[in-house]
Amino acid sequence: MTNMRALYQEVILDHNKNPRNFGTLEGANRRAEGDNPLCGDNYRIFALVDDEGIIQEVGFEGTGCAISKAAASMMTVRIKGKSVDEAKEMVAEFRAMLTGHLDPDDDHNLGHLKVFHGVSQLPQRVKCAVLPFHALEAALKGEERTSTE
Amino acid sequence: MDLTAANESLATSKSRSWDEIRRDFPVLHQTINDHPLAYLDNAASSQMPQQVIDRLVWYHSGEHSNVHRGVHTLSQRATRAYDEAREKVASFINASSSKECIFVSGTTEGINLVAHSYGRKFIGQDDTILVSALEHHSNIVPWQIIGEETGAKIEVIPMDDRGELILDDLDQMLSGSVKLVCVNHVSNALGTINPIEEIIERAHAQDVPVLVDGAQAAPHMAVDVQALDADFYVFSGHKMCAPTGIGVLWGKQKWLDQMQPYQGGGDMILSVTWEGTKYNDLPFKFEAGTPNIAGAIGLGAAVDYLQSIGLDRIARREADLLAIATAALEELSGVFVIGTAREKAAVLSFGVEGVHPHDVGTILDNEGVAIRAGHHCAQPVMDRLGVPATARASFAFYNHEADIEQLVAGLYSVKEIFGV
Ligand SMILES: Cc1ncc(COP(=O)(O)O)c(C=O)c1O
Repeated sequence: MTNMRALYQEVILDHNKNPRNFGTLEGANRRAEGDNPLCGDNYRIFALVDDEGIIQEVGFEGTGCAISKAAASMMTVRIKGKSVDEAKEMVAEFRAMLTGHLDPDDDHNLGHLKVFHGVSQLPQRVKCAVLPFHALEAALKGEERTSTE
Repeated sequence: MDLTAANESLATSKSRSWDEIRRDFPVLHQTINDHPLAYLDNAASSQMPQQVIDRLVWYHSGEHSNVHRGVHTLSQRATRAYDEAREKVASFINASSSKECIFVSGTTEGINLVAHSYGRKFIGQDDTILVSALEHHSNIVPWQIIGEETGAKIEVIPMDDRGELILDDLDQMLSGSVKLVCVNHVSNALGTINPIEEIIERAHAQDVPVLVDGAQAAPHMAVDVQALDADFYVFSGHKMCAPTGIGVLWGKQKWLDQMQPYQGGGDMILSVTWEGTKYNDLPFKFEAGTPNIAGAIGLGAAVDYLQSIGLDRIARREADLLAIATAALEELSGVFVIGTAREKAAVLSFGVEGVHPHDVGTILDNEGVAIRAGHHCAQPVMDRLGVPATARASFAFYNHEADIEQLVAGLYSVKEIFGV
């Protein structure tokens, strides 16, 4: 069970149980929906980006497993107040970490999100963690719908 | 290798113990993540016994060639084995003639064939197709496609919270211009055994034919298509100890004769000229191109194998396993069973409070327990029950109680990790 503990760390379980920034965001000017057709996970991501390109507010709603929900919750916490470019950079880093192309002990801007590196050991769950990031990227690019397929 | 002798010894093996039978399945005897494999995903795909594997090896090493085409010896062997497989399948479901048994790639293709060939011929703009609320996507989407093409309406036979179909209004639903009823024999999502005898009788009272998706029934109970009086009965080899890529569409000859071919090509014709083409007789009319010969032969061997144990004995064994597992899960706090129909077969869908089924599946896999987590290709069933997904343990006769003990132990780990 040791590697299960490494996967389901306390922070992840906590964000799963009490997701932050959960709910629709009134007045959002960026939004996108992400689906994982394999398992039915579905999230909507909302962001309010100001004229300077700073993400002022962010929210999400939807259903899915602990991995995807905690990833969405922690992602929203991490990007609030960041610029769109920084957020896109973070999406790229997160994806790189989960596909084994970024060592969580090296330099990066992922902060606490590095707890998800254990997911890279479980190929069938990588899509769960990446789904909200996918959706965020689509929202920031102005696309409305995305899927992990 | 003397396969005839092997088959004969199988035929006298009705009394073999379940432990012995379990040893026929090489795949079961391995460890996953340092735990013995507890394979509880049989509703997705079952495993093959050595007898079926040997038959496939023999085909590939001694018989492989094309069927119905060659005068040479290998082709004759392949053709004979392929034709024999069809006879075996026909006797397995008690079809009145093997001509009514069409080899397809699986349930999905079988239903699509009926949608294409029966649907385009008999279903029109003002017609209705009745589809049960318990269906797999493969018995929904082909009808939606036909509906879009023809303008026909889909109406849903509702289900209750236990996962049983509600048939109170069936007669009324059947009046009007209903052209087909589509229902599964056993639900893959919840395990409900549907009262298809009754549905067929009531449909026939109003001259409406019935297609039965037997994917989850054929491996688990004796099926007699004549006694059922179904119009179409479809199932997949890979769920009944045969390889993937092979399945059977059985249809009453009176329908098959009237239906247009599904695909055109070799084998399905008697003669082809630029002026016109004469289609071949049943079943070949619906089997264009080189078929899955190895798959069909493997399915024939699987039928022999299942019959050597006896479908009634298999059904009783699986009912016992289901009862033991259901009782065990009901005792676990925080674990709830989804689908509580009075008649169920081999499928146990469940949830763990506050834990998504995927997380349950990952933690169980870590302990060697293979279950399915998801919507089971039955999203409308999930929607009806108000759950996004379920965890599903599904049993075959070769499972043993230790598999259930391992499932329960794994669920304790889930509860511990998530603090349930
Ligand atoms: C009830 C039911 N119908 C249809 C199917 C589709 O079978 P196949 O994927 O073999 O075509 C399945 C299996 O997933 C099933 O359980």
